[in-house]
Amino acid sequence: MIDRPELWYVIAALALGSFLLRFTFLGLVGDRPLPEWLLRHLRYTAVAVLPALIAPMIIWPAATGGSFDLPRGLAAFVTLAAGLWFRNILISITAGAATLYLALYLLG
Amino acid sequence: MRATTPKTPLQQGIRDAAPFILVVSPFALVFGVVATEAGLSIAETLLFSVAVIAGAAQFTTLQLLNENAPAVIALLSGLAVNLRMAMYSASLTPHLGAAPLWQRALVAYLTVDQSYACSVAAFERNPGWSLKQRITYFFSACIPVVPMWYLMTLVGALIGESVPESFALDFAVPITFLAIIAPMMRTPAHLAAALIASLAALCLTWVPFNLGLIIAASLGMITGAQAELMLTKRGLFK
Repeated sequence: MIDRPELWYVIAALALGSFLLRFTFLGLVGDRPLPEWLLRHLRYTAVAVLPALIAPMIIWPAATGGSFDLPRGLAAFVTLAAGLWFRNILISITAGAATLYLALYLLG
Repeated sequence: MRATTPKTPLQQGIRDAAPFILVVSPFALVFGVVATEAGLSIAETLLFSVAVIAGAAQFTTLQLLNENAPAVIALLSGLAVNLRMAMYSASLTPHLGAAPLWQRALVAYLTVDQSYACSVAAFERNPGWSLKQRITYFFSACIPVVPMWYLMTLVGALIGESVPESFALDFAVPITFLAIIAPMMRTPAHLAAALIASLAALCLTWVPFNLGLIIAASLGMITGAQAELMLTKRGLFK
């Protein structure tokens, strides 16, 4: 059992801390111009953070105890390939989900 | 396709973010279930989701508290998982920094993986958008996702039993994110950034407090920036 009021303090601090992390740049920098070298790095934030976030989930899925899973690997591959080819999010998700369920059914 | 059917930023935002309902709903549902199983009341569970709106950080903190880790460690680990939000904030600043303070505060509260990913992609697709159009798009992209986060947390807390494992809902997260990242690979520099960040993330999972993610992302950003410089020098960029 998690102690009270400890839990409430942690939730409050996590909420405040998360807000400050989200607010730092946007709130404090505002529309002051940022140097070009910084902007150049910021252009690659999304394409760096998001792949880094999901790569381990794909290679070592928690659902299979962290060992590589062929249906999930195939689904990820098809999603990515469809996304690169069609450049359409819905097509890509549908293709990935279809692959996942088909592969789980056939291989699982 | 998009060029031939122009839609308002409001419509685009809702449409682009709609697929993420598939990600957010099961994630929130599972959080609701896990939190009540850990002994949180329904009100505490819902409050947790409304105050923090960050699934991965919520799971991390809850997990550690449940394992009787010190509160400070649970808190710092959750914040470390959310460090990427500071990167999102920095990345949104050139697009939304000129908005009034109250709007920027609201944007900050609503900055989550989904709203951020949709918005940055849309802002890059539509460099001609005014500040008002960009703000409208950002908030519109939150409409399908954020209320669903609250609602499904509540539903999860109320039903309090797990969703059948055969649904493989765990994989909704990587699939939807892959689908949104793929079209962002516009140049070799973007591709290099994503590749290095993924490889580094895989090599750095041993780093404590999820800091491997931040290191990997930084390496990816440096790679992208350097590749852009190199390609520009040879006249190959864009």
